[in-house]
Amino acid sequence: MDVSLALFWAFAAVAVAGAVGVIVMRQPVHSALFLLLTFLAVAVLFVVAHAEFVAAVQVLVYAGGIMVLFLYTIMLVNVRRQAGEPYLHRQAGVALGVGLLLLAVVGGVVLGDARRLADAHAAAPAARLTEVVGSGVAAGNSQAVGWLLYREYLLPFEIASVLLLVAMIGAVVLGKRTMEKFD
Amino acid sequence: MVTVAHYVGLSFVLFTIGVVGVLIRRNLLTVLMSIELILNAVNINLVAFARQLGDLTGHVFVVFVIAVAAGEAAIGLAIVVSLYRLKSTVSLDDASEMKG
Repeated sequence: MDVSLALFWAFAAVAVAGAVGVIVMRQPVHSALFLLLTFLAVAVLFVVAHAEFVAAVQVLVYAGGIMVLFLYTIMLVNVRRQAGEPYLHRQAGVALGVGLLLLAVVGGVVLGDARRLADAHAAAPAARLTEVVGSGVAAGNSQAVGWLLYREYLLPFEIASVLLLVAMIGAVVLGKRTMEKFD
Repeated sequence: MVTVAHYVGLSFVLFTIGVVGVLIRRNLLTVLMSIELILNAVNINLVAFARQLGDLTGHVFVVFVIAVAAGEAAIGLAIVVSLYRLKSTVSLDDASEMKG
């Protein structure tokens, strides 16, 4: 078993354990910490897949930004919960069954296809993920992604920045207005 | 050797856990966290196929997905805060005004 496969199984197990922790923990703050564990494990898996830039963005934006946002909200929304109150929906049993069915049926089909793809074609050489597209110049993964992002995908990039601006304004408006109206 | 099938399998397991989380939890915060899990599962798929095909476009798309996820988290959590101010709860069962 080579190193990358051992790393994959180790961190895939951590990611799945963290994800299960997110949905079974009673307190939201425990769920948030398990979510952080999953994000970091997935970042390691991105590095294993030679996606160093994406791994860095995952740690900065997800494990840094979004996680702080969640923890702040949990702090603001201090829910005093009765000990005996159920925290799972009453349809939980059915939902779990449907989820397992989804996993078995769709997962089986998709995994079968992915297996066939992996058997038919070997993975492309990893060097292609670090070379500037079309020039053959070897650079880092970050430089290659940046080249593609600012040359080929400049318009979507600008639209994404407008989307984030709209989201920011929306969050400010939503957070402010209800206070004045209902106090 | 880690193949694309390994990543697709892991991605689907995380996706299913996220979907089940959305369905079984009553707390709006945990439902939002489950949605983040689903988006992360999609990112794993994009990175895996970028690796398999040697095409960096997948990485660029992951950056866009993360940007959309950040916007979604900001709006979603603002909705959580305003729901809490309105009803002093974040339980989804208590937010049923628009139920027919």
